[in-house]
Amino acid sequence: MAKHTLIAYVEDVPGVLNRVASLFRRRNFNIDSLTVGRTEQPGVSRLTVVVDATEAGARIVEANLYKLVNVLRVDDLTHKPSLYRELGLVKVRVTAQTRSEVLQLTDVFRARVVDVDEATIVIEVTGTPEKIGKFELVLKPYGIVEIVRTGAVAMARGHEPLSSAPPLVRTAPEDCHPDAASLSMSV
Amino acid sequence: MKLTGAEIIWECLQKEGVDVVFGYPGGAILPTYDAMTKYPKIHHVLVRHEQGATHMADGYARASGKVGVAIATSGPGATNMVTGIATAMLDSSPIVCITGQVGSKAIGTDAFQETDVTGVTLPITKHNYLVTKPGDIARAIREAFYIAQSGRPGPVLVDITKDAQQLTTEFDWEAAAPRLPGYRPSYHAPASEFARAAELINAAKRPLILAGQGIIKSGTTAEVLKLAKTAGIPITTTLLGIGAIPASSEFNLGMMGMHGEAWVNQAIQQADLLIALGMRFDDRVTGNLKTYALNAKKIHVDIDPTEINKNVPVDVALIGDLREVLSVIQPQVKKAGHAEWWATINARRGDAAVRDIQSLPDSGHLYAAHVINDLWRLTQKRDTIVVTDVGQHQMWEAQYYRHEKPRSLITSGGLGTMGFALPAAIGAKFACPDKDVWVVVGDGGFQMTSCELATAEQEGIKVNVAIINNAFLGMVRQWQEFFYDKRYAATPMTGPDFVKLAEAYRLKGLRCNKRGDVKSTVEQALAAKGTVVIDFAVEKEDSVFPMVPAGADLDKMIRRPKQDVLLESGSDQDWEMPAAPDRTVSNGKHKPAKTTRPAGVSRKPGRAVAPKRAKAGR
Repeated sequence: MAKHTLIAYVEDVPGVLNRVASLFRRRNFNIDSLTVGRTEQPGVSRLTVVVDATEAGARIVEANLYKLVNVLRVDDLTHKPSLYRELGLVKVRVTAQTRSEVLQLTDVFRARVVDVDEATIVIEVTGTPEKIGKFELVLKPYGIVEIVRTGAVAMARGHEPLSSAPPLVRTAPEDCHPDAASLSMSV
Repeated sequence: MKLTGAEIIWECLQKEGVDVVFGYPGGAILPTYDAMTKYPKIHHVLVRHEQGATHMADGYARASGKVGVAIATSGPGATNMVTGIATAMLDSSPIVCITGQVGSKAIGTDAFQETDVTGVTLPITKHNYLVTKPGDIARAIREAFYIAQSGRPGPVLVDITKDAQQLTTEFDWEAAAPRLPGYRPSYHAPASEFARAAELINAAKRPLILAGQGIIKSGTTAEVLKLAKTAGIPITTTLLGIGAIPASSEFNLGMMGMHGEAWVNQAIQQADLLIALGMRFDDRVTGNLKTYALNAKKIHVDIDPTEINKNVPVDVALIGDLREVLSVIQPQVKKAGHAEWWATINARRGDAAVRDIQSLPDSGHLYAAHVINDLWRLTQKRDTIVVTDVGQHQMWEAQYYRHEKPRSLITSGGLGTMGFALPAAIGAKFACPDKDVWVVVGDGGFQMTSCELATAEQEGIKVNVAIINNAFLGMVRQWQEFFYDKRYAATPMTGPDFVKLAEAYRLKGLRCNKRGDVKSTVEQALAAKGTVVIDFAVEKEDSVFPMVPAGADLDKMIRRPKQDVLLESGSDQDWEMPAAPDRTVSNGKHKPAKTTRPAGVSRKPGRAVAPKRAKAGR
């Protein structure tokens, strides 16, 4: 089992998130995180789904996402050079003694303070999910009051476009998509 | 053209070529029912329960290959459809369900008869729609029909609010053409995969074709047989694949799986290549996945990419329409005979035939398997559709009724829905009014939807109902016998007097409790005018053999205990055997079990010994 990051472009219609969530429940897939937001294209939303799955399992998740009528395109970024970002807000307890230590750690993690009162500091941290996890770990001894994380968003590096047609699909028999062979799900 | 939403619904159904709908009115769908009177070309069948409407639409779809349509009101009407929709989903049956919904302003208020139907049916439909504006109705219905029947077929539900049905809007059929940028019903496997598949087929020594319902849906019986003939490959079918390959074909070994033929399951375990055509390696077919067909390479042809590697990892996946796949692969396949492989399989067939119930005397008992086999003998020359329910009778039907044509068996395979048979048969009769439709049903399943007898009576249609009545929930009882030390918890079951029940519905009821009477009873039923209900009072504690226990290795079957006496009983000899085509053209590979007499067992005429028959399963 390993983490797989799938990007799904979906039609922005009511119930679409419900369909994706229901699919994961129904097929017993393990969602690590799921984020959704608008894209540059009106009417199209973009989902970043991180799942815990074997390689074969990830192919099945991908095929099932494709099968949803409102899903326009799916890309697996797992094996592509990609950027992963997550945002976290951490509210941590501070005293006069610990405040400077916490601020120092905030600096080290290139995070920033977004709110301060006499007993707590709220810190905004962005980075890979691992980095946020680590930040949480180092702040734990001071007393974390609450924490919120957005879940990962991801984007492939470079200028090559992602697959314009889904794998396995060719509009005509001779039009063989480069992805088709690798993603034909043969063992 | 300005029309109300309700009128648009009927306009669309008419344009989609719908001639019959199955439904039940209610508050939220009333505007649609009111508009129905303007569309007399579409016949409405009033069901007695909305589950029946979905099963009828399903039976109609499976018998005809067209889309079946069911209509219900909001709330309880729609939730009653759930079982039927799930049945259609698991068996890939194209149906469109139209449900009324409370007014769009009332949605979310827990209004009277309000249910989030699109939410409830989300996991059991191929897709569904909630329509709140009359202008969206036409497109939703057009897309529903398109989605239901394209690619891997399945049920689609369109939930339409009452105000959307009442309001008026411009109806433009052309403008409402499906716009589904994310929907991909057709796939084409790359040429390299075809080459690999052909290579595997040409190299195989012990190949086997696993024939599924996909062959029926794609109408490729001839193409599959051609492939089998060219490469000398035996074929076995799934439950839903029965009829895809004629039972009389020398290439057809019979059914695989939990209650499949023993020689078939052994062949699967021994094969070095499985060619799965339009089937999905259901657990009832594979048994223990860890030991399933370990010697075999696997080629999987399916229209649905999510089926690939879902249960069984395969070596080559050809995702696409079976017709297209077979047309590409056929020229690449070399001629072969596989005589040795056939000999291995045929040797086992003889062995299994000894244990077959057809070889057993009835000794005055009425066995379900005999009833069904006799029913086949009596109806085989007529164009017959058999619709079965779920349980022992379903398996006996699959084993002892020999289907020659696609769409001649309709049964709930995937979901295993009790209560399916009678309503599905009514739907099938509407699809094929010129064919005989037989319902083979248990006493348990029949009681779940027997209210639809009233529908059959009101519509004046003829379906013949054969209740295989063992006063038990037989299959569950069998599991209790085998795996729960015969603790028959909640399986003994009483029922009404089925003859009187039929008569109460103003239908003909018949009873049969002797094998000698089966023939005359069936003949009476065939001669009678309307729907007939026959109560076959069969052996109470008979079991289906062979049986692969759930999760066991496929070749670890529980077999029928060998009988020491193999005499035919008096009533067996009374049988006037119609000359079935398969008996005369047989090349010996698939002689019916009944005619197979093992060497060394002599028939002693005149001494009709009634052997003490070991109770099944012991």
